[in-house]
Amino acid sequence: MRISTFFYTLKQGVISIFKNKWFSLASVATISACLFLFGLFYAILANFQHIVKTAEEGVSVTVFFEEGIEDDRIAEIGEMIQKRVEVSKVTYVSAEDAWNSFKDEYLGEYSDGFTENPLADSANYEIYLKDVSLQGDLVTYLESVEGIRQVNKSEITANTLSGVNALIGYVSVGIIAILLSVSVFLISNTVTIGISVRKEEIAIMKYIGATDFFVRSPFVIEGILIGMLGALLPLGIIYVIYNRVVEYVMVKFQVLTTLLNFMPVETIFATLIPVSMALGIGIGFVGSYITVRRHLRV
Amino acid sequence: MKTKESKRRISKKNRAESEKMIVLEDVSKSYSTGAPALSGVNLTINKGEFVFVVGDSGSGKSTLIKLLLRELTPTTGKVQVNGYDVGRLKRRKVPKFRRNIGVVFQDFRLLKDWNVYENVAFAQRIIQVPTREIRKNVPSILSTVGLAGKYKAKPRQLSGGEQQRVALARALVNQPPILLADEPTGNLDPKNSWDIMKLLEEINKGGTTVLVVTHNREIVNAMQKRVITMKKGVVISDEEKGGYIDED
Repeated sequence: MRISTFFYTLKQGVISIFKNKWFSLASVATISACLFLFGLFYAILANFQHIVKTAEEGVSVTVFFEEGIEDDRIAEIGEMIQKRVEVSKVTYVSAEDAWNSFKDEYLGEYSDGFTENPLADSANYEIYLKDVSLQGDLVTYLESVEGIRQVNKSEITANTLSGVNALIGYVSVGIIAILLSVSVFLISNTVTIGISVRKEEIAIMKYIGATDFFVRSPFVIEGILIGMLGALLPLGIIYVIYNRVVEYVMVKFQVLTTLLNFMPVETIFATLIPVSMALGIGIGFVGSYITVRRHLRV
Repeated sequence: MKTKESKRRISKKNRAESEKMIVLEDVSKSYSTGAPALSGVNLTINKGEFVFVVGDSGSGKSTLIKLLLRELTPTTGKVQVNGYDVGRLKRRKVPKFRRNIGVVFQDFRLLKDWNVYENVAFAQRIIQVPTREIRKNVPSILSTVGLAGKYKAKPRQLSGGEQQRVALARALVNQPPILLADEPTGNLDPKNSWDIMKLLEEINKGGTTVLVVTHNREIVNAMQKRVITMKKGVVISDEEKGGYIDED
């Protein structure tokens, strides 16, 4: 392809967008609407998963030791736990640490009355899990280990969180499927209306001896540009409203602030921008390519 | 009998000095329903000829044009245009083949959103003529058809005759060896019709083979060119310096 032909094609694509402004507008609006819903949904989903994950990380199993256990054995148990696949982090909390943090948290200045550590037997391991659903396996294992007196776990939290995670998975697949089919339907409709206007134009070009590639290129470029525009618009809108919504939720539901841990907009957009652009351009390309093809057989 | 004789006369006369541009050998075309549109058509048009094809609607003229443009392929027989075996042409080779033929239609078929210059330049763009040369060629052909001053006008701002000249300029700008005109004067008044015909004659004098499908009895009778008459899918007469044959 000559460079002049390339620029000519590019120019025709751009001109054509403005020439058929209502069709272009309708297409951009359709793609925008779909990608806006997609972006919105993605932002909610990502945050939900993020919140669940943060909560999961907070879930821990605590292990207490039998009386009079030797320090070597404690270290040995610690190593054994660390080697388990379910475990992400193990922290040793000595009796002093436990008492200090208890004092700070609950007693404050009233702690002066205690001369010796009432939590002398409270040295423990705080174990954090990679995946909450594996808590049961770990607990069963820990209970069988010699030297462990007690295993404290939070069964209810673990079950709830893994349940929520699965639910999010199903719901997301469902909504994405619905969104996709709706957008394909809307776009193919819009493109078909737009193309029927130009059926004659395509036929004329073919009579003069234009190749399919030559006829198709401006349409495809037009489709790609419309797709890009259709992706940028919702990205901009989501960017603007995201922080406001997060702020609003934080103020409105202050009680939950420790639980609600929102992702920064940058993290969301690191994924959302490339995916939205790819979807927009892809929809524009495929839509125009396929629809023009139907009219090329002249 | 008359048909056969005249055909023999033409081929004998031209065999020595010219080569064949369009050859139809026993060409038939049937659509899925109804009677065949063409049956057993044999035809030879030599390089540099000016030929009228006349006949009523349903005579097979349109089918003939469509076969020559490879819009259709023959059911049986062979269509040859400028050395191409059109019926066997692969789909992706069709665009290149069509660049051998300039086409003019009754309804002009201009790109209505484009101005005159762009409509003509488009034909050059598809064969990737450098922009520099397009800027020279288009004004030159526009002045040949007498539209040099109107290159910025949109088709709807032009009269029918002017639009047909634009179509003619577009058909000719790539200097194709063949010009096909399908009812080029069908939508024009007598004066404009004559102007277009004079232009076609000029183009023919430059060496281009011209094939005109028409209903215009007056023009056919006045111009004294080869006339091929068709009826119900069959060539019923083929005369050099012929006239419009009355059917009834």
